[in-house]
Amino acid sequence: MEILMSILIGFLFMAAVYLILSRSLLRIIIGTGLLSHGTHLLLLTMGGLGGKAAPVLSDGVTDYADPLPQALILTAIVISFGVTAFSLVLAYRTYNELGTDNMDLMKGTEDND
Amino acid sequence: MINLLLFPILIPFLFAAILLFFPKKVKAQRIITIIGLLTALSSAFVLLWKVKTDGVQSLTLGSWAPPFGITMVSDMMSALLVTSSLLIGLFVVWFSFTSIGIEREKSFYYPAILFMLTGVNGAFTTGDIFNMFVFFEVLLMSSYVLIVLGGEKVQLRESIKYILVNIVSSSLFVITVGYLYSVVGTLNMADISIKLADIGQAGIVTVIAVLFLIVFGIKGAIFPLFFWLPGSYAAPPIPILTLFGALLTKVGVYAIIRTYTLFFTTDIGFTHELLMIVSILTIIAGCIGALAYFDVKKIIIYNIIIAVGVILFGASVMNESGMMGSMFYLIHDILIKGALFLLIGIIIHITGTSDLRKMGGLIKRYPVLGWSYLIAAFGLAGIPPLSGFIGKLLIIQGGFENELLWQSIFILASSLIVLLSAIRIFIYAFWGEEKGALDFHPKTYRHLLAPTITLVVLTVLYGVGSEYLVPFMTDATAVLLDPSVYSNAVFGGGK
Repeated sequence: MEILMSILIGFLFMAAVYLILSRSLLRIIIGTGLLSHGTHLLLLTMGGLGGKAAPVLSDGVTDYADPLPQALILTAIVISFGVTAFSLVLAYRTYNELGTDNMDLMKGTEDND
Repeated sequence: MINLLLFPILIPFLFAAILLFFPKKVKAQRIITIIGLLTALSSAFVLLWKVKTDGVQSLTLGSWAPPFGITMVSDMMSALLVTSSLLIGLFVVWFSFTSIGIEREKSFYYPAILFMLTGVNGAFTTGDIFNMFVFFEVLLMSSYVLIVLGGEKVQLRESIKYILVNIVSSSLFVITVGYLYSVVGTLNMADISIKLADIGQAGIVTVIAVLFLIVFGIKGAIFPLFFWLPGSYAAPPIPILTLFGALLTKVGVYAIIRTYTLFFTTDIGFTHELLMIVSILTIIAGCIGALAYFDVKKIIIYNIIIAVGVILFGASVMNESGMMGSMFYLIHDILIKGALFLLIGIIIHITGTSDLRKMGGLIKRYPVLGWSYLIAAFGLAGIPPLSGFIGKLLIIQGGFENELLWQSIFILASSLIVLLSAIRIFIYAFWGEEKGALDFHPKTYRHLLAPTITLVVLTVLYGVGSEYLVPFMTDATAVLLDPSVYSNAVFGGGK
């Protein structure tokens, strides 16, 4: 199971890198979304996919899933959610001010030498 | 007073939360920010004294036994860094009163600075690797806000790149923590240190070490991962640039030194050799940049990169003088970069340009500014009585002790280039014919000069009085060179 997950995560990272290297700003932000999905799945996988029951205390269960990676993922999800919201608004403002979403047209400063 | 080591983190956080309620009342914002920073700074000094007298302080939150809860650890290195970061915060806020402009002050400028200091101090103090990620995000989120605040075109364009680079490096941080967790099964840094020492030399541990170097190298701007820094740092106004230049890269440097002295001590032949090569290349890249530009901001920004290389070289040799030199140089660099950015900030305010070729002849009307810039420039290069000398001396001594002849000579030669790049600003801006409109409001000038001169005096005192700092630096070095002191403090003190 871990092997399968690793391959899937690898594909997510591949797609994320491809999108982040593209020219359009929105594609880049979609790429960062995929990157954080891959990251969170990786945390889950690296904690081990063993354990029969969800980590909620109940009678007669002895084999729980590792609760720590789930807490880490929950933290990482809200953080990346906040950052993504910020970057989307920033992309919107940049489009309004600069009139382009092409990263190639966003380089250097006018008075730079 | 067992919670003492949380005060430098909690006080800025609390005051930032209070400031969110009345963004339009600028005067109240200023007063409360200053009160908050002074309180936090005095608590940091008390903490420094406590660490000096009682040794490493540790606190596991919620009274859990050490490896299970989040542990905060304050050794001498983190106490020194926390103190100097609050000090820089104070000077930046003081400078901001006249410099930043009322519009930005009304748009949550001071809360963002205080939240950033919360993140920086938290990252310096935490003893838990995932908690370090969270504090990194706290400081990065505030830095996103600060870099884009004002919404000029340059700022928007550069902040997009800054944010993208940091999103990628944060994801990489989580990935690396995931790998580390699957190897050692713990997140507590002291516990990781013990478990990794038990595992010994393993391929996967070295891979994780290199991944950590990449992650923190992006934050700390080492070669070849510094590409985002010059553009992004040139975009925001001077006080924000000062805060970033003095503090943000140093958090990455701190994290590299912490992980490479606490975790990855089993395969020094490979990891620290790599760190040394990378630091030399960083210095080269910084030197080229520092000489290439006629833009005052860019020159000092590339000097940040040089300093990062020098500090990491001192840490990579892993002997007592090298490590102590790194500690001296780290604190020196925080102070001197703060002072230099504020000084060039005044120059830019007076001349209205950051292009060296468009300025000149300032020394006649602004002699105090000129001479204090010269002192700061000498301090940056490490002329003996000033602050940069002792750190670089010890770093080079450490290099010679490990028989790294050429690398040490190279560090010495880089000092010359640093001096040249800083003196070039002095010659262009202060000598020659007066150019452009130099009529600058004397009151504004005095208000900008006061914090700057104080900071320059502080760096001079740091250099002259370095003898009194030696015991502090010895304590910091002792923990860095012997990880067991750190883990004993965590597992012995938290019960």
